[in-house]
Amino acid sequence: MRRLSQHALFWPAATLLLLLAVSALFNGSFLKISWQDGHLYGNIIDILNRAAPLIVVSLGMTLVIAVRGLDISVGAVAALSATVAALLVGGAFNAGGEVASDNPLFVALGAALAVAALCGLWNGLLVVKAGMQPIVATLILMVAGRGIAQLLTGGQIITVYYPPYFTLGNGFLLGIPVALWITAAAFVLLHLAITRTALGLFIRSIGGNPEAARVAGVRSSAISLCVYTFCGLAAGMAGLILSSNVKSADANSAGQLLELDAILAVTLGGTALTGGRFTLAGTVLGALIIQTLTSMIYSLGVPTEVNLVVKALLVFAVMLLQSREFRALVAKVLRPGHARREGAP
Amino acid sequence: MSEAEIVLAARGISRAFPGVRALDGVELTLRAGEVHALMGQNGAGKSTLIKILTGLHAPEAGSIELCGRVVSPHSPLHAQELGISAVHQESHLLPNLSVAENICAGRYPRRPRSRGGGIDWTETHRRARELLAGLGIDLDVEQLAGGLPAALQQLAAVARAVSTDARVLILDEPTSSLDADEVKSLFALLRRLRERGVAILFVTHFLDQVYEICDRMTVLRNGRFVGEYACGKLDARGLVAAMVGRELAQSASAADHSIADAGDAAGRQLALAARNLSRRGALKPVDIEMRAGEVLGLAGLLGSGRTELARLLFALDARDSGEITIDGKNAALTGPSDALHLGLGFCPEDRKQSGIVAELSVRENIVLALQSRMGLGKFLDAEAQRVLAEKLVAALGIKTASIETPIAQLSGGNQQKAIIARWLATQPRVLILDEPTRGIDIAAKQELMNEIIRLARDGTAVLFISAEIGEVVRVSDRIVVMRDRAKAGELRGGADEDAVYSMIAGT
Repeated sequence: MRRLSQHALFWPAATLLLLLAVSALFNGSFLKISWQDGHLYGNIIDILNRAAPLIVVSLGMTLVIAVRGLDISVGAVAALSATVAALLVGGAFNAGGEVASDNPLFVALGAALAVAALCGLWNGLLVVKAGMQPIVATLILMVAGRGIAQLLTGGQIITVYYPPYFTLGNGFLLGIPVALWITAAAFVLLHLAITRTALGLFIRSIGGNPEAARVAGVRSSAISLCVYTFCGLAAGMAGLILSSNVKSADANSAGQLLELDAILAVTLGGTALTGGRFTLAGTVLGALIIQTLTSMIYSLGVPTEVNLVVKALLVFAVMLLQSREFRALVAKVLRPGHARREGAP
Repeated sequence: MSEAEIVLAARGISRAFPGVRALDGVELTLRAGEVHALMGQNGAGKSTLIKILTGLHAPEAGSIELCGRVVSPHSPLHAQELGISAVHQESHLLPNLSVAENICAGRYPRRPRSRGGGIDWTETHRRARELLAGLGIDLDVEQLAGGLPAALQQLAAVARAVSTDARVLILDEPTSSLDADEVKSLFALLRRLRERGVAILFVTHFLDQVYEICDRMTVLRNGRFVGEYACGKLDARGLVAAMVGRELAQSASAADHSIADAGDAAGRQLALAARNLSRRGALKPVDIEMRAGEVLGLAGLLGSGRTELARLLFALDARDSGEITIDGKNAALTGPSDALHLGLGFCPEDRKQSGIVAELSVRENIVLALQSRMGLGKFLDAEAQRVLAEKLVAALGIKTASIETPIAQLSGGNQQKAIIARWLATQPRVLILDEPTRGIDIAAKQELMNEIIRLARDGTAVLFISAEIGEVVRVSDRIVVMRDRAKAGELRGGADEDAVYSMIAGT
């Protein structure tokens, strides 16, 4: 038990299970998963599906934070990518009452992702080559990204009429939401890159001691650039899922506060904000915790006006539960005799 | 001496860490007005004992008596309040604050409410000036601490430590980055403190300094208490024997000489040549040649351009002028990654700052450079990493619970060996070692120097940098002497130490 509780993923997993248990307590059918209309259906599936964009963004954010960086532009990049895709797909009713797209779907999606990746590369260049503080460097795109998106749309919400576009956010493949497939693919891809190549070692050495990594010949700049670019790409992907889900792109509000949720998810998962130590699986758990919280608040019927306050309180409680210092304090109060247990030097 | 009042008495101190018994029934007695040396090899338990005295770790057994009263410091601040202050090797002062701010930090004098409250700067400066003057330190207290040379920072740090009415002052390797004159002024300060009745615990690896300043010493070995000796009663040979637990001093140095004498530079193949290498503010144009199978020693005082030259060779800093050829080919060296790919290796001087990645395991630290050279795709799998790391851990005698232990848990000397192992893993043609023996005990030093000679025998061109001229003379086939950021001259291996010193001095 002791060994289990010392596993890096123990507390995020315990927190998630606790939240699910509480939800199940208030809603008897919460944990039920059924097969309806040829796909899986239920609260759990819904949470997974809704968490998909956040998970994808948070995975990118995890790596950025692991190399001692930060990207607060992900929300704006998601909005920009959604806007680009929506503009290119467009769609109008043709004579036969069918909807045709302005450009082939893959062109629109590809362009949107390319723009997002470029945004990430831009962030990376500012941090790595221009030596800016990550929070300042990415603040630029956080403001400018939405600005450019609004310029492109003329301040309008772009509605998409071309049904194939809705697949990303609403479609199912083999009974499982497409967004989940995308998320799983992103996770597996990253996991393989981390464990089957030297990327994990390099990222942890750069985050742990950038100067030592440089002296050891690690190409820190190139790796950091790749990491920022991937984070941009992930934000773009999240933007596509979000806009596909609501069948439109709103440059102003799509992906609003996504950056903060992503940072929170990474933190909840157990990745150190100081860099070096990171866990992809923890981040997925962190994102699921956030989404479960949000769903819980809705299903408990909390009035809209106290929604944010309740969420803040819950996040506060979750963070306390995950804080080692706080747990030690609790243990000390509960069992004064056992209080003194120190780690290695 | 014997009737001096006992200020601090630690009895039967024990402490274990996962996989290591760091301290086992250790005794330490400090007396008023005495400088007491704490001696031992790396991993003997000196750091752990200091951490216990200053409240960073709690002992698992044993007691600490301070002036006859049992105390158990639970934090450095608490230890300070009790009268135990420490100055550590690497943490000096806050560089962005003035000397006075540093000295008074945490207990600034306040102006009375009637005059608006707040910090009384005039009083702060006066107190700092008074303290420094009382200790005979000549220093502008309003100057930023970060702008001072390391030695003056060290003096100010000592002043700050004793300003809290410390009865016990712990100095953890205070002289490791000071040159001879600076050591002198530190010792002058210690003597004044000794006259005031402060009990001083002095940790160092320099034996001559022990005999110059200390009254008594306590020797530890593998976490156990070996004995307490009056300095007059135990000579250096005896001390070394007590530290390592065997007689070694003579046989080791004899082995070295034969190798140094065998040096014949001309017959060896040129591995690396640098012409006209310079960097503004760091190094005036220097030519240097390194040959396969040869140890090239680089001697000079701190700031003479030793480290600067090494950093330029490994392309850690950009050069303003100069060409570097490796194996006769012009080398496009624009960064450390290029240097790595061209077969260079570099153990940096500051192993905490730019050597180890503290959170990673010994294994990961060892494979890092080799993996960097192989790139992202060609990943050394877990088994290959384990085999490589275990081979090098065994070959260099790195003391660690396992290769999966975080490297931060190793003692300084073993961390240094792990960094050398990192470069040996890449089988470099040219290996640059910047102060590899700094902060390491004598036995480990000897092992390391033997290792360096073995490396050269296997055909590596080694650049050996050390502040200790004796070491340079013993291992090097040729010696380049640096002075005032330029090359002062070159000597053959086995040269007299005095010849090196006079070239350094320019006479």
